Amino acid sequence: MNKPDKQGFYGQFGGAYVPEILYKCVHDLQDAYIPIIESKEFQDEYNQLLKDYVGRPSPLYYAKRMSEKYGCQLYLKREDLNHTGAHKINNTVGQILMAKKMGKSRIIAETGAGQHGVATATVCALMNMECEIFMGKTDVERQHTNVERMRMLGAKVHPVTTGNMTLSDACSEAIRDWCCHPQDTFYIVGSTMGPHPYPDIVARMQSVISKEIKWQLQEKIGRDYPDYLIACVGGGSNAAGTIYHYIDDSRVKMVLAEAGGHGIDTDYTAATMHCGTEGIIHGARTLVMQTDDGQIKEAFTISAGLDYPGIGPMHAQLAKSGRTKVFAINDDEAIYAGYELTRMEGIIPAIESAHAVATLKKLTFNPDDIVVLTVSGRGDKDVETYLSNKKMAKEYGDF
Amino acid sequence: MNKINKLFSEVKDRKLLSLYFCAGCPTLDGTADVIITLQKRGIDMIEVGIPFSDPLADGPVIQSAATKALKNGMTLSKLFAQLGEIKNQVTIPLVMMGYLNVIMYYGIEKFFQSCAENGASGCIIPDLPFKDYLEVVKPIADKYDIRVIMMITPETSEERIRFIDDNTDGFIYMVSSASITGAQSNFNDDKVAYFERINAMNLKTPRMIGFGISNKQTLESAQNNASGAIIGSKFVTLLNETGSPDVAIDKLYDALKK
Repeated sequence: MNKPDKQGFYGQFGGAYVPEILYKCVHDLQDAYIPIIESKEFQDEYNQLLKDYVGRPSPLYYAKRMSEKYGCQLYLKREDLNHTGAHKINNTVGQILMAKKMGKSRIIAETGAGQHGVATATVCALMNMECEIFMGKTDVERQHTNVERMRMLGAKVHPVTTGNMTLSDACSEAIRDWCCHPQDTFYIVGSTMGPHPYPDIVARMQSVISKEIKWQLQEKIGRDYPDYLIACVGGGSNAAGTIYHYIDDSRVKMVLAEAGGHGIDTDYTAATMHCGTEGIIHGARTLVMQTDDGQIKEAFTISAGLDYPGIGPMHAQLAKSGRTKVFAINDDEAIYAGYELTRMEGIIPAIESAHAVATLKKLTFNPDDIVVLTVSGRGDKDVETYLSNKKMAKEYGDF
Repeated sequence: MNKINKLFSEVKDRKLLSLYFCAGCPTLDGTADVIITLQKRGIDMIEVGIPFSDPLADGPVIQSAATKALKNGMTLSKLFAQLGEIKNQVTIPLVMMGYLNVIMYYGIEKFFQSCAENGASGCIIPDLPFKDYLEVVKPIADKYDIRVIMMITPETSEERIRFIDDNTDGFIYMVSSASITGAQSNFNDDKVAYFERINAMNLKTPRMIGFGISNKQTLESAQNNASGAIIGSKFVTLLNETGSPDVAIDKLYDALKK
């Protein structure tokens, strides 16, 4: 269930719904990506960069105090310790190698929280390629240090002023740019979304996360699977990577945290798997939050990285089939969980990752249950948001 | 006979001009006035834009027209009701243009049925994959005698163009350049070479060239290499500025002389 069919469908979800101008480059990529990824040359170069540049493997850390609190054996998969501070770089390193193999000279990307933008700008600096990043103006303001990092790395950042001025609008604008430069430009999509083959490319690039979890668990506990996997989900990339090698393993329960915003019963939410219906967004047939006239709604959440009214088609299919248990975590629950992890383990998680941490409260564990939770990124970029919402952290916010 | 087929089979001695406007912009209730005025002023065919929140193939002008239309409260149901009221007065073909999400949500079958009932003769769905067109959409469209117009671009291979030519009817929408919608000041040699290359393929289906047409040079080079031209963003801008379809078309005709 972790791979789509030839047309890019996971069950009824996926496909490539793109304007004709993009047909050729999407089709070329569909033909090229598997041979490139499976080639020894690519694998050698990719794995070398993951090791020496990204700093992989990322640690699997036993969180003792949190384990005691929640009555389980909690391990944190530390994607926050990667170069540039999140899992995003696993994907950009791979995609830029693909872009080079395909002879493209110009890179574009969308970004929400700025983590994917920074990860893209970073590999463009590394490979000496032209880089343009599309980012909603709202996000440019709320994640301005990431904007400065991208600029420092040599990228041009385009603030997008359409719609809600967040991630979804940035994706639309990146696709429009691609329509205007189909020949020389490679679009490095940051999540398991967009037209086929992007959801599969990104899932494969991020699958290094669960590949490592397997041998790390084997080393630590003598078996290579957990009882629970937990990850946050916006478009779905770190979640896809976390569950990739376990999807067909029925011993492993999978828990995903999407952004509830103010709550799924309000208009201020980004919980697509709770509130979405089948539709088409950014070239993929998937679950979409939309009005009863088929207009795509704006997503709302405190977390710029989860602020998306769609969801990767693989996750739409997994949620529909009941394979994953999905929780909607509201802003206040995420902030609380972010402070909780900070105080209990000395790890300030990205607000996105804090949504995953917040699910611990909602689950009932046996003391022996092995739980692996992916900390997708670090919270340096979110310190201001954490501080200005201290009240939501209750006892931890009193300082 | 479908009005689109009728238009292309009857008019042989001159080049056609088709205009696009976004329904619901500048005003919610202006649809009838725009269509009737354009028909009176000699426009051959009208593309009726269905506003969408995330129009991926559109530039800033049509994006903001769609935003305004949605703010004004336009919906596909309202649009069909407006078209229904004037269907007996409309003699030129109307082509609905909108993204797949809105049409899917409305219901594919219901969409084509509504087209037929309310006087539309065709539709353009820029993000409809050809496979879905052939397998799902075409049988339904054929049932209601509605033409589904597909696009070709400078990136479309000759093989695919032949395939599209063989499997569509009405006309082929030839996108002038690798771009999103929006006015361009001139078509360079590359574009003209592309127009001529396609012209030399002797396709069975007539072609209309659109995207970027806003003045005499762009209009003529399009019309010289196809059955006619489609103008969108330029007209949408003028309609928005003047608020009057009559004045907008005066200004458009002026612009096309320069």
